[in-house]
Amino acid sequence: MENLGSLAVLLAFCLAVYAIIGSVVGRLKRNPFLILSAERAVYSVWFLVTVASGILVYAMMTGDFRYSYVAQYSNRAMPLAYKFSAWWGGQEGSLLLWSWLLATYSCVAVFTNRRKLRDVMPYVVAILMTTQTFFLILNAFVVSPFKMLSMDGAITAVPDGNGLNPLLQYPMMRIHPPTLYLGYVGMVVPFAFAMGSLITRQKGDAWIHTTRRWSLVTWLFQGVGVLMGASWAYAALGWGGYWAWDPVENASLLPWLSSTAFLHSVMMQEKKGMMKVWNAVLVSASFFLCILGTDLTRSGIVSSVHSFAQSPIGKYFTSFLALGIAATVYLILDRLDYLKSEAELESVVSRESSFLFNNLILLASCFAVLWGTLFPIISEYVSGEKISLDPAWFNRLMIPIGLFLLFLTGVGPLFAWRRTSTESLRRNFLWPGVAACALVIALIVAGIREFYPLISFGFCLFVALTVIAEFYKGARAIASKNQMNFAHAVVELTHRNTRRYGGYLVHMAIVLMFIGWTGAAFNKDLTTEVKVGQSFKIGNYELKVKEIKDGDNENYTWQSAVIDAYKNGEFLQTMEPRREFYKASRQPVGRVDIRRRMNEDLYLNFALLQDGKATIQAYVFPLVCWIWAGGAVLIFGTLIALVPSKIKLQYARTEVVGITNKHVQQVEQ
Amino acid sequence: MKKYGKFAALIVVILGTLLWLAVAGAGESTAYYRTIPEVRKMGTNPLKKKVRVLGDVEKDSIQRKGSEVAFVLVADNQRLNVIYSGSEPLPDTFRDGAQAVATGKLGPDGAFHAANIQAKCASKYTAKPGEFKTTQKVPGAAQSM
Repeated sequence: MENLGSLAVLLAFCLAVYAIIGSVVGRLKRNPFLILSAERAVYSVWFLVTVASGILVYAMMTGDFRYSYVAQYSNRAMPLAYKFSAWWGGQEGSLLLWSWLLATYSCVAVFTNRRKLRDVMPYVVAILMTTQTFFLILNAFVVSPFKMLSMDGAITAVPDGNGLNPLLQYPMMRIHPPTLYLGYVGMVVPFAFAMGSLITRQKGDAWIHTTRRWSLVTWLFQGVGVLMGASWAYAALGWGGYWAWDPVENASLLPWLSSTAFLHSVMMQEKKGMMKVWNAVLVSASFFLCILGTDLTRSGIVSSVHSFAQSPIGKYFTSFLALGIAATVYLILDRLDYLKSEAELESVVSRESSFLFNNLILLASCFAVLWGTLFPIISEYVSGEKISLDPAWFNRLMIPIGLFLLFLTGVGPLFAWRRTSTESLRRNFLWPGVAACALVIALIVAGIREFYPLISFGFCLFVALTVIAEFYKGARAIASKNQMNFAHAVVELTHRNTRRYGGYLVHMAIVLMFIGWTGAAFNKDLTTEVKVGQSFKIGNYELKVKEIKDGDNENYTWQSAVIDAYKNGEFLQTMEPRREFYKASRQPVGRVDIRRRMNEDLYLNFALLQDGKATIQAYVFPLVCWIWAGGAVLIFGTLIALVPSKIKLQYARTEVVGITNKHVQQVEQ
Repeated sequence: MKKYGKFAALIVVILGTLLWLAVAGAGESTAYYRTIPEVRKMGTNPLKKKVRVLGDVEKDSIQRKGSEVAFVLVADNQRLNVIYSGSEPLPDTFRDGAQAVATGKLGPDGAFHAANIQAKCASKYTAKPGEFKTTQKVPGAAQSM
């Protein structure tokens, strides 16, 4: 079996190399058979990687402890679901998952375009398979998951494995890594199409139309993946933090920031023919940031809470990134003539300009996060001194950036193309602005004095009102014209232009998340030692320890503190935070209990039991639920934007029909 | 060209503000990686920058007093007393023999006062293929998400 797995990976590697050569040579020699066979090779790669993954998962599920990977990340007593998710519990397996997802994406991309874009497809295949080859090299030669345990030259099994890290034995962890990887890996497809169309000197924006769905779905997976990671950290790490600017967290945020910029700036290219170079740069940057993210997560070049392991794969990633970036930069510079802008910026108060600033801010934040994450490496290289930056540095920078972005979220979509009249500014922004100011004054009166929360709540209301007003105005017009009821008109309005109104919903999701983040300014915490029967207070809550229980099962032993929660003297519910001690990995882990409500979460962690006294950490986290609610709205809004619009809107726009040298010279003058 | 002037001015203002935020705040946010002897040499000057020390948690050295946690960090046979009194609970991976990173300053009492502690389970046990006996479990290889 294990030999078959290794063989499958090796064969997949050979076929991927063949697909690169076949498609490029086939395209250059105009040989359709060669091109077709290269495309078939893509399907075969998928089949082989699937076989290899299947063998690994099978070994995991059946507990074949001859595999070094299985022995490290699985054990007999672990529930079946976690035995499956141990597939991505460690280095070797998660890189195999990367390969498998990439192969799957490649198959879908090749299949859906099998009759389209014949000119470009060979290069798309070549780029997809180059990335695939890189990961298969890692799978086959560097970190093979099919390494066996041996003693005195004979393959031997250990009686039981080491078990998955208990922190990862958590329901959210079953889906968080694959979701994030779906986002990471998916970025390769838009990138491949963009480069393919540059290589073949395509005119127009075919690659953008082809990859719009890809980019959107990929972006959705990235965003949801990041949020899942945050909600896992919130519930699993025991102190209620969902974001700490840890290198691995940053690595997952970086491509999201750049692809958010990309999603916005492609609209400029579609509607105005502007920012073409910029879009090519953004899609490439997003792709390479995905690779860098995998590198940071897996190689441990920057020390992080999540990945401390030093591993040999760093230098492979660095080489791949260096070669890839060099090739992309050369390609974009060489094809600059095909990326000329077709319009110019006219006014600072215009839709174009709001896109420009949105991009500027997103890219600046992306760069800031990258800089902060890599600072230990950069400083060591420059001055020989390894210096790290703490989360306070990130917050100082990212909070103002975030608030400015939130503001743009509100005003950007209401600016007109080209230029905006003072009259329309007044009409759109007067009442939301007044309401936001009123809210800020009310909050000051209510006793909130912190600067950033005030600004944030003000902007949140402002943006929410502008979005609601857009829906209201549009739906009212439709309702009166077609004699519909209002709710029906809202659906009709959204259906007519799903991209626009789906986008508004996503903006609304961002507002909800900002409300949740702002709540963090009002967190309360308390650490206390209590005996059974004693009680303590946090905020309006009174907590009484009723008893300490313990128990045992195959996978772990546990202790729990049974705590009654009262609010203003009224009984709410019984909460039971636990401590579990995993037998196979010999690691303890706290399992918190959270009472989730829209206004605030009550969060209890059972930290320690010593001399009959329990150390309980209690927290009150206001508004945290709004972040997860925002996540749900984000998914909903993005799905709506993916539904085809009922009415194809025609935009008056200029279009490049062809480019001659003469034309190019004129533009240059 | 006047309108491009406006764009340029706005862009300069925005990037300038960010640069200022990044540089002005960097001083108090930076921490230098130091070894234990280097920390001793730096002395107890309260104005000194924060430092980061890496080492193993000495066996049976962890003592909890209220919200304070004291332990000994060992690296290359050098020992350093560390006192942690931060508000965040220590990670579950923090225990005897774990590798830990402490961020803080040396106090006048000769102990290192840490404001933040990160820990991971010892990776020195990572099994090399063929190196362990079948009766022995494969102990904690560092895992990550």
